[in-house]
Amino acid sequence: MLRLELRGEMSQPMVYLSPIFAVILTFIAGIIMFTFLGVDPVKAIITFFITPLNSLDGLAELFVKATPLVLIAVGLSFGFQANIWNIGAEGQLTIGALAGGGVALLFFNVDTPFLMPAMLVSGVLGGMAWAAIPAILKTKCGTNEILTSLMLTYVGLLVLSYLIHGPWKDPDGQNFPESRLFHDAALIPIILDETRLHLGWIIALFGVAVAWVIMTRHMIGFQIRVIGLAPMAARFAGFKEKHIIWMTLMISGGAAGLAGTIEVSGPVGQIIPVISPGYGFTAIIVAFLGRLHPVGCLFAGLLMALTYLGGDNAQIEMNLPNAVTGVFQGMLLFFLLACDVLVRYRFRIGSLTKATGGANL
Amino acid sequence: MISKKIILGALLSAVMAVGATVGQAADKRTKVGFVYVGPIGDHGWSYQHNVGRLAVNNAFGDKVKTTYVESVPEGADAARVITKLARSGHKLIFTTSFGYMNPTLKVAKRFPKVKFEHATGFKRSKNLATYSARFYEGRHVAGLIAGKMTKSNVIGYVASFPIPEVIRGINATFLAARSVNPKVKIKIIWVSTWFDPGKEADAAKALIAQGADVIMQHTDSPAPLQQAQKNKVWAVGQASNMAAFGPKAQLTAIIDDWNAYYIQRTKAMLDGTWKSQDVWGGFKSGMVKMAPYNKAIPANVVAMAEKAKEGIFNGTVHPFTGPIKDQKGKIRVPAGKTADDGMLAGMNFYVEGIDATMPK
Repeated sequence: MLRLELRGEMSQPMVYLSPIFAVILTFIAGIIMFTFLGVDPVKAIITFFITPLNSLDGLAELFVKATPLVLIAVGLSFGFQANIWNIGAEGQLTIGALAGGGVALLFFNVDTPFLMPAMLVSGVLGGMAWAAIPAILKTKCGTNEILTSLMLTYVGLLVLSYLIHGPWKDPDGQNFPESRLFHDAALIPIILDETRLHLGWIIALFGVAVAWVIMTRHMIGFQIRVIGLAPMAARFAGFKEKHIIWMTLMISGGAAGLAGTIEVSGPVGQIIPVISPGYGFTAIIVAFLGRLHPVGCLFAGLLMALTYLGGDNAQIEMNLPNAVTGVFQGMLLFFLLACDVLVRYRFRIGSLTKATGGANL
Repeated sequence: MISKKIILGALLSAVMAVGATVGQAADKRTKVGFVYVGPIGDHGWSYQHNVGRLAVNNAFGDKVKTTYVESVPEGADAARVITKLARSGHKLIFTTSFGYMNPTLKVAKRFPKVKFEHATGFKRSKNLATYSARFYEGRHVAGLIAGKMTKSNVIGYVASFPIPEVIRGINATFLAARSVNPKVKIKIIWVSTWFDPGKEADAAKALIAQGADVIMQHTDSPAPLQQAQKNKVWAVGQASNMAAFGPKAQLTAIIDDWNAYYIQRTKAMLDGTWKSQDVWGGFKSGMVKMAPYNKAIPANVVAMAEKAKEGIFNGTVHPFTGPIKDQKGKIRVPAGKTADDGMLAGMNFYVEGIDATMPK
């Protein structure tokens, strides 16, 4: 009989190597898949993962696509480390986009350098406000934040739908459900001419740096990790769990709201019915792929963004179906989980034997 | 250390070499690109545009190479995909969903030498044309049949977004159905999506439960038709002939036929005669067609439908002929007049008799 047995001690390097193994395995499985599809596998892998990056524009697009993923994933990783499961980043992104974009519409055609910062702050506050609901419910009523944050995503999307079908509809838009195009002062500055690369990417990088400092050098990061790993010990040490719930939900909600505002004031430039193609959910994968580490999230976000760009490219260059993108993302997650299992457990053949060293947690 | 660097260098140069050969493989055919909002397997809207693309392939053979990108979200991603097509040498690019309007306009500005065509929008520029079909002509014919075929006098309508095109379709259906059946009512469910078989099916189920025995849809999947088939009520197919998904249920389907338009515009681009324009084609130009009528429809109803179709073709029948009042009783089209294109394009009111409020 084959069974899984907890390894006595996890190999620390393996914890960080497991995503790399997952990527390699995804490549191998991809090669097998392409061979069966009758497509030249080497050409397909190159088209998918390398040609998107062989131009300045391609790199810029990679960063544009990765910006919301990295920002949200970094925010989420705080909560995930403390076992606070904010699944509703998509909703916080939407409300953040509305809060930030709302400022742009409210001050339409007002030309002031203060508009952009005001939008970003408003976006952060919008995301925080939406994340505050699960925070209140969890701290006051003990409600499960997985459910409340997820459900609020759908409420957020309905708020968006209401606003663009009603009060925020473009008056010159022939009744189509979208807002006016933002004026120039409400558009986030482009930092690389002839591309769409915008200041949001720098904000995301800054976010990674700040998160890294908080996580490794600050008391808050320490408390978050202790609560996640050993809640009893944290309580014993006098860490206030409610504070951590609030703190992590505000960080993740604020980051998602910021990402939403950056999207509408950056590559989109107006409020439309579908602001995000699921960044809030994809970012959950990114956070785990990045080992809940800010720098890991950065690389994972870039990799995930690359799979989208590669998907476009594979369709344009090789007429491969769009489903290939989904298959790659699915395999990546699958292999990551598989590798993680093998880092934590080992296969044993035969019946139960005495645990070999280490404590069964 | 050195050996590592050498290996890395070798790897990199190998990758670049392969990349270069991939680049060189580009041929001399003129490239035409298509951007779809759904998967080509939606059997509706995107499917029909892809049929049009294949018609271009057939018509020009070795002269033209077509490319498509499917399921492109109508947001930040659209501009990236369109840019990518423009950058990779496509000379003519069709973007086939309303939500691509602003992204297409933005990209068109950046690539003045590339021609763009945007379906169902209203923003044009020197190198950006727009095109759409008068689906409401098909809705008129379908509405007549529905009005005659319904026993419960309730038509169920699965609608996507309250934009003029969809409102126009609902009004055209209702006016036609009422003209042959004064008792007819219409129930509308908004699903806020163009393609989501699950949601579309749920809406159809709800409508059937509310007594509708003819299901019409302005969404792209055959799911509502399948529900109609399952529940033994009638339905009208959308965008393509969906009979395979509900052979008993489908009364007819309103078919979007882009083939001729795509061939004509590709030819114009090749000849150098391409100009930005706004085309709105219907039965007459062949952009809208009706699928074969269900054999269960009585001959006199078929004859009535055919007569209406011919009338629209000849210009003797207009689906929006006055007097047309809105829900408040205000006259929008006076008696003896027909609605002009400007009014049709921006239609944002329900006609009198529709017992529903528009989603705000």
